[in-house]
Amino acid sequence: MSNLDTFRQETREWLEANCPPEMRKPMTADGACWGGRNFKFTHPDQKLWLERMGEKGWTAPTWPSEYGGGGLNYDENKILAEELFKIGARPALASFGLWMLGPALLEYASHEQKMEHIPKIIKGEIRWCQGYSEPGAGSDLASLKTKAVEDGDNFIVNGQKVWTSYADECDMIFTLVRTGPQEPKHNGISFLLIDMDQPGVETKPIKLISGKSPFCETFFTDAVVPKANLVHDLNKGWDVAKNLLQHERKMLASMGLGGSAAGGKGKGKSGSGLANLSKKYVESSDGKISDEGLRQKIAKSDMDAHAFGLTLRRASEEAKNSNHGPSAATSIFKFFGSEHNKRRYEIMLEAMGTQALGWEGGEFGPEELAVTREWLRTKANSIEGGTSEVQLNVISKRVLDLPQ
Amino acid sequence: MTLTLSEEQSFLKDTAKKFAQEKTPTTHFREIRDNENPECFDRAIWQEMAAQGWSGILVPEEYGGSNFGLAGIGVVLEELGRTLTPSPLFATSVVCATILNKAGNDSQKKEFLSKIASGEVTMAFALEEGPRHKPFSINLEAKKDGKNFILNGKKNFVIDGGFADYIIVAAKTSEKEDQLSLFVIARDVEGVNIIPTTMVDHKNAANIEFKNVSISEKNLLGTQNSAKEIIEETLDISRAALSAEMLGGALEAFDITLNYLKEREQFGEKIGSFQALQHRAALMFTELELCKSCVIEALTAFDEGSNDLQRIASLAKSKIGETFFNVSNEGVQMHGGVGVTDEYDIGLYMKRARVAEQTFGNSEYHRNRYAELTGY
Ligand SMILES: Cc1cc2nc3c(=O)[nH]c(=O)nc-3n(C[C@H](O)[C@H](O)[C@H](O)COP(=O)(O)OP(=O)(O)OC[C@H]3O[C@@H](n4cnc5c(N)ncnc54)[C@H](O)[C@@H]3O)c2cc1C
Repeated sequence: MSNLDTFRQETREWLEANCPPEMRKPMTADGACWGGRNFKFTHPDQKLWLERMGEKGWTAPTWPSEYGGGGLNYDENKILAEELFKIGARPALASFGLWMLGPALLEYASHEQKMEHIPKIIKGEIRWCQGYSEPGAGSDLASLKTKAVEDGDNFIVNGQKVWTSYADECDMIFTLVRTGPQEPKHNGISFLLIDMDQPGVETKPIKLISGKSPFCETFFTDAVVPKANLVHDLNKGWDVAKNLLQHERKMLASMGLGGSAAGGKGKGKSGSGLANLSKKYVESSDGKISDEGLRQKIAKSDMDAHAFGLTLRRASEEAKNSNHGPSAATSIFKFFGSEHNKRRYEIMLEAMGTQALGWEGGEFGPEELAVTREWLRTKANSIEGGTSEVQLNVISKRVLDLPQ
Repeated sequence: MTLTLSEEQSFLKDTAKKFAQEKTPTTHFREIRDNENPECFDRAIWQEMAAQGWSGILVPEEYGGSNFGLAGIGVVLEELGRTLTPSPLFATSVVCATILNKAGNDSQKKEFLSKIASGEVTMAFALEEGPRHKPFSINLEAKKDGKNFILNGKKNFVIDGGFADYIIVAAKTSEKEDQLSLFVIARDVEGVNIIPTTMVDHKNAANIEFKNVSISEKNLLGTQNSAKEIIEETLDISRAALSAEMLGGALEAFDITLNYLKEREQFGEKIGSFQALQHRAALMFTELELCKSCVIEALTAFDEGSNDLQRIASLAKSKIGETFFNVSNEGVQMHGGVGVTDEYDIGLYMKRARVAEQTFGNSEYHRNRYAELTGY
């Protein structure tokens, strides 16, 4: 047996023994485990699964074992993912720490900072949120004004962030702050890690069109931040910020292939999630959807998903040996994934008619109501993490090298 | 299955790229077109391709080929597609070689496949009978007459039919719709009337009439009435290969346009600095990245015996069809007035895109097929 075969065998056995039954049931809308000091587990199995995976470092399979990661190489990681998929295991942990902050820290933070923060991310002990955007700094992020002033061993932070996802449930926030007000705008920004459990930090939820309030305004009033929490050099935060954004975009891109229980993706010949959903609402004969216009739209969307999935796979194969993190080309995926996801939900709504237009109660099933809310949520896909227009700007300037 | 090229495949691709750049840049295509060369290709160049081994990439080693696989001939077609290189490589060495591989008996393989590999014969596949792709609505009849068959009917859009030495014909051999057979016929047999047509992309095709054409049963490829599956498989392989050629064309059309955006100035600035054009260029680039993945997946799917070949071939053909169309049309628009002149190459790609899109099923045809194969 090759090393990889052995690894597969051992992984399979370990998962068999350690993935609790409740965690092998299909994911529900509120089934994600976000971890953190205040997290309320929905089931004891959820806690157990997080602890076991965190202990093994498999919430972050490819991160160095020195900091508590799984230390797996590309092929091992692929095997782990395949085995997890096979038993239908839920992700043990969903977290901005895993998707965004961790990879950036691994690249830019000091050894001490990594020792301090990375293990807690891996074990889901600390939940992080992202403090980038401000009321006056959205697409033009580098115009941000929240300022940090040195004061002995600390920075004193004042200002406001906005659209801070889950800020009211998080323990720590990674922020971009202005430390060099005299410098040109990109050169006066620093990357600071701020504990939210202090009087100087307040959050206020914002209500969305979907009716939910997953994000907040975050206010800093003389918040105190130890200098040890400055990542990378003073006024060099923009480098970290950009790196982190690439990881964020990569994560958001793959969301384009996910989806609700109702309209999720179909795999291979076994069928199409969109088509199966549609057949509950529109006529079909011999399994063929009769509305030819709708059928063509579904096929186009399924083919887009197929092509997109192949492209993500090709990109990861190409990156396998080059050992680079995600590049500007990630913008292609962020752009396509979010636009594709929006189109997919529009098709679901078209197929479901008024059954997808309910707000609450009445004749609407919970899955139907979920589609409606998710449809509204997808509208943010092409805004969060940099708008689609911004992605196209990045592709034209940084990938295609078109003139400014 | 991997979506990256092997070292040997990359090497072959580089060789083909160099060949196309040095020997058959678009000026070569223009020369052939302007000399009204009735064959629409250059025999000396074809011999060089054969000497490179390209004509025999899909031919098994025992018949003198290299059996290097669809991905092999695909990367060559992609590079030749970049310069619109006219050659019999697609019709002869992909389409007809595949039919012979699948249906030919040993003596037919010996006779034809070895000559395909050596570049001695060219062949064309006569399938279509109407203006749109309908591979299985065939009216051309072959009636058994003792040890012979008598063929009557008409074919159109026979790629390379104007010059091919042999024609492989798909014919109805029974009252039942699905019962088709394939025959290989020399071009000069009595009753075969070949009317060469030049298509809008300046490539060659032909309309062919068969009037009481009498041929021996030795000309039957495979068993009688069982050609449908062979045709279907051949079409899918051909669609994957054609998608590779179209990818090459689309990538080149995009590169040409991108260069123009970086050169041309208006309002005192490079036109590539206008965001309206930048975003459209970024969109095209994104679509092309998706197409690259679909094409390589389709090519390797055949080589590695995937059980999802049909859907993947339809995926590739449909995606690249839309994208080549879009990229070449946007290319013309972004060139402004010079884009619609014959002097600039961009228009040539737009013409090629349209003909290639029509070949073996357009994007809509393949969306429909993909839906059917997925169960809706
Ligand atoms: C669901 C969601 C979650 C989010 N979570 C977080 C978070 O956790 N932390 C955080 O810091 N931020 C978060 N954001 C904020 C997000 O990053 C910003 O909303 C985004 O960057 C856009 O900024 P803006 O909203 O100010 O829009 P604006 O920048 O004002 O954009 C308005 C419009 O102008 C267009 N536009 C702007 N500049 C250009 C240009 N140069 N060229 C062409 N068009 C342009 C935009 O594309 C858009 O269409 C989140 C947003 C959403 C929707």
